[in-house]
Amino acid sequence: MTATGSKTDSATTTRRPPPWPIRFYQSDVGKKYVMAITGIVGIGFIIFHMLGNLHTFEGTHQINEYAEGLRDIGEPIAPRTFLVWIGRIGLLASLVLHVHAAFSLTIANQKARGTVGYDEKRNYLAANYASRTMIWSGVIVLLFLAFHLADLTIGVKAVNPDFTRGEVYDNLIASLERWPVFLIYVIAQGALALHIWHGAWSLFQSVGINNPRFNHWRRNFATGLASILAIGYLTVPFGIMFGIIH
Amino acid sequence: MDVKLRVWRQGGAFGAGSFKEYSAAGISPEASFLEMLDIVNEELTAAGEEPIVFDHDCREGICGTCGLMINGQPHGPQQGTATCQLHMRKFSDGETIVIEPWRAAAFPVIKDLVVDRSAFDRIVEVGGFISVATGAAPDANLIPVPRDAAEASMDAAACIGCGACVAACPNSAGQLFTAAKHGHLSLLPQGQPERLQRAQAMVDVMEKFFGSCTNHAECETACPKGISIDYIAQLNKDYVKSQVANRNLAGQK
Repeated sequence: MTATGSKTDSATTTRRPPPWPIRFYQSDVGKKYVMAITGIVGIGFIIFHMLGNLHTFEGTHQINEYAEGLRDIGEPIAPRTFLVWIGRIGLLASLVLHVHAAFSLTIANQKARGTVGYDEKRNYLAANYASRTMIWSGVIVLLFLAFHLADLTIGVKAVNPDFTRGEVYDNLIASLERWPVFLIYVIAQGALALHIWHGAWSLFQSVGINNPRFNHWRRNFATGLASILAIGYLTVPFGIMFGIIH
Repeated sequence: MDVKLRVWRQGGAFGAGSFKEYSAAGISPEASFLEMLDIVNEELTAAGEEPIVFDHDCREGICGTCGLMINGQPHGPQQGTATCQLHMRKFSDGETIVIEPWRAAAFPVIKDLVVDRSAFDRIVEVGGFISVATGAAPDANLIPVPRDAAEASMDAAACIGCGACVAACPNSAGQLFTAAKHGHLSLLPQGQPERLQRAQAMVDVMEKFFGSCTNHAECETACPKGISIDYIAQLNKDYVKSQVANRNLAGQK
């Protein structure tokens, strides 16, 4: 930056820094912050979705009514399906940011490691399986998400040939009665639980919520959340497999 | 005791390196790890070979000069100590010990086991200072400092800048070092004027050299001074504040 010179001089020689949200996102700490916030959005959705799933145990009518009710949220103030679409757009934006930040940080971190790695197998003491496989558990969840939307939301014929729009209960059973699909759901829940177990702890560090008095709660919170979500979600595929939902 | 060594040898910054095997015979279990290397080097010198080059200085764990990756652990199998405070009694007779330099793009090898850690200096240059009034020396203890804050600041100040945090990190992140340097100044009243500017400047320089923190906490266990990742959370928080806070109000409560 030149200290002297006319206004036009400096305007041509210096580039204006980008506005702060972009500048913030350009930094790695900023990306981690965005990952934490979008992760919280994701966890919020995942909790809501899990609670909604439990309507399956009430029977055909209740789960179908619940699914229809989601489209009616906000009526008559907002048009039908308006708020559900706002939510979907928000979730999609969060997902895109989360995934973009994850991949750009992973690539940057691999560069930072340099070309020559350690020869001896690393003796990790604190890093755990979940923390070291976040990118892979994330990829599994992402692939599962694509499958799950095709299977039970959009009803792609190649994925779920018996899909009928609006018949949530029947669609669910038709899909999960197939063994490979059942396995896909179970594996994806395992990956999701691992991802949340590290993520729900890690997000406190990334946004800087740290108080030695309460720090031990953070790990317990993540363990509790991951277990409750995994158990809550797995009740449905297992319920179908054992004939409780039929 | 007799041990076998598998050591990274590299002629210079631009040469390719490789592992070489050496045997160290008749080593006292009470010898320090670096003394064991000294003995091996004397034998190598006597045999007309190039001795193994490694960094060391105070040999009492306070300077941060030494640092070796020993059997896949920074500073070796003993926690809370630097390489120089590690003794041969921690190893078993006949064991093969693998010795490598710190590995990170920001820490290029200069020779054998010595790496260039000047990236740390670049971080300290932009934020590792406080504003001090010139003139006659003021009375001691004029500024009250809460005891817990003083202790927390002192814990961060224990950082000796050895680089074990970077060496241990699967992402080669320099977050623990930067957070310790930022924390030890920013926890004290004297460090407040530059606090947010410090966080921003140090993080921006750090990210030019190092990877990002994904909260493995591996650095904390590798640190010879046991510096907590709590400081990383504090640094992250101050960095975010540095992006949004109204700095005209800096210094106000």
